[in-house]
Amino acid sequence: MASKPVRPFSSKDAVVCRSVGKTWAEGTPRAHEALRGIDLDVAPNEFIALLGPSGCGKSTLLYLIAGLEAVSGGGIWSFGDPVEAPSPERSLIFQETSLFPWLSVWQNVSFGLSLQGVPADERKEAARRALARVGLSEAMDKRPDELSGGMRQRVAVARALAMRPKVLLMDEPFAALDVQTRAKMQDFLLDVWRSSGASVLFVTHHIDEAVALADRVVVFTSRPGRVKTIVPIDLPRPRDLFSPEAEALRRHLTALLQDEVDRAFAEQEALAAE
Amino acid sequence: MASSSTNPLPDTALRPAGGPPFGSLPWAAIAQVAQRLLWGALSIGLFAGLWELCWALGWSDPKLLPPPHVFIGSIVDQAKFFNTVNRWQIGAGVGSGPSPAMAVVYTVLSSTGRVLTGLVIAFTLAITTGVAIRYFKLFERLTLPTITLLAPVSPIAWLPVAIFLFGIGNGPAVFMVVVALFFHMVLATITQIEGVNRNLINVARTMGATKRQIYARVVIPAILPGLFMVLRMNLFGAWMVVLIAEATGVGYGLGQVIMLARNTFNPSLVFFTIGLIGVLGFSFDFLLRQVQRKLLYWVPREVLSGL
Repeated sequence: MASKPVRPFSSKDAVVCRSVGKTWAEGTPRAHEALRGIDLDVAPNEFIALLGPSGCGKSTLLYLIAGLEAVSGGGIWSFGDPVEAPSPERSLIFQETSLFPWLSVWQNVSFGLSLQGVPADERKEAARRALARVGLSEAMDKRPDELSGGMRQRVAVARALAMRPKVLLMDEPFAALDVQTRAKMQDFLLDVWRSSGASVLFVTHHIDEAVALADRVVVFTSRPGRVKTIVPIDLPRPRDLFSPEAEALRRHLTALLQDEVDRAFAEQEALAAE
Repeated sequence: MASSSTNPLPDTALRPAGGPPFGSLPWAAIAQVAQRLLWGALSIGLFAGLWELCWALGWSDPKLLPPPHVFIGSIVDQAKFFNTVNRWQIGAGVGSGPSPAMAVVYTVLSSTGRVLTGLVIAFTLAITTGVAIRYFKLFERLTLPTITLLAPVSPIAWLPVAIFLFGIGNGPAVFMVVVALFFHMVLATITQIEGVNRNLINVARTMGATKRQIYARVVIPAILPGLFMVLRMNLFGAWMVVLIAEATGVGYGLGQVIMLARNTFNPSLVFFTIGLIGVLGFSFDFLLRQVQRKLLYWVPREVLSGL
């Protein structure tokens, strides 16, 4: 990996991707390329949205940054260190409920601490603090199936926060929620993001969500996923999502995305016709 | 927990986490149980009624197919055939041994004990082996082909082996139950492990869990509900195997009683024993469901009853 010249980057950057590529089932007949030549620099406490047609590999990029999967080419660094394995510094929050159904809410939140052998009373205190930050102090002793979908995702966020991550990786965390809950959760996420000081990489295929949340929106091409363009969202916070500027950004992103969606569709139809 | 039958509230983050109110007395649940019992009684009554009708109309020969009121009416008479242990001893008369009622209890307990022992041994062994197969690649390569090869072998084929190894008594019957369940449950364990939600494992990995921690803290709890289901489905199989093992002379028990009834041409005894086995199997399933509910407290009750 070191043989290739790499564009310089700062060790202060929360996440650095250099020509990152990923091919699934490499070397087999089923091999398919998910990502190609991704370059991305994420500053500390920056909010990045990854926007693209479904199947474009944006979730794959999160898994690579989390260290759950190995890159096929290029390299990823976090605060100057190469990413080689998962780390509590980079928490991943999934689309579906990923709470352990057999543990109570507080046990879920302090799961990472229990892996490190932290005693129960200390864990409970840490869980209490993390749950207070997501406004769920009173749900400590409940079980995940007693909570609503939105509450479960807040618990998942609390569980991530309990590890004091420097990077929060979110894979369409609100996709399974209804529209009203989703809007509430976006406000909630912005609060958490501000108070935690972590960088956020947020995968979505909702243009509205990207405009509402992100400092910069990374638009992906269809498969194999490449960075098509990066659109800065320079709207002051709290954002007025009905302003003409927001409307213009949405139009711009819609146009960018539409090309890729059309291309993905044409490809799929060509494949089906084969 | 008693609130599981109430409708789930709308899915909103704004809902206060107080939970639904608990009812003072579970009248709805009582009514539900009463209704189930009523239908159960009706179903059995219908079956027995048709049988009685056939007898009343003279369609069925009471010597071959004695109707329920005949073989249930002669319970006391039949019960003395239970617990055949003493009868095989030299010098023991048919009249010796425990009272008829106690004989039935002994016989039922010995058959039940074999099923239960076999289930526990098979369950523990199978989970251990299944997890070890997924955990240690070398162990998988060494054992999985053999296990896959032996899984489709009918438990009946193991009967001679059971007798060679354990002779007569409890040993071979328990062995039969274990053999009948073990291979299937090992394969089921492996399938269950493959089906564990990847997100749960990935969550543990991002939090720095070791392979051992992932298995102990995530994989095993996650596969328990499915394995319990497999156990329940194999319960009836275990009962069949125990009866066969007992009937072919590897011990005493309900299977032996059926065999005795066959040899002495006693249809009443056959049907009485069949009824007894049916009730036992049903109660076993019921008990296992209660255990399941306690052990798998996190699985919603609707899911458990649907399984």
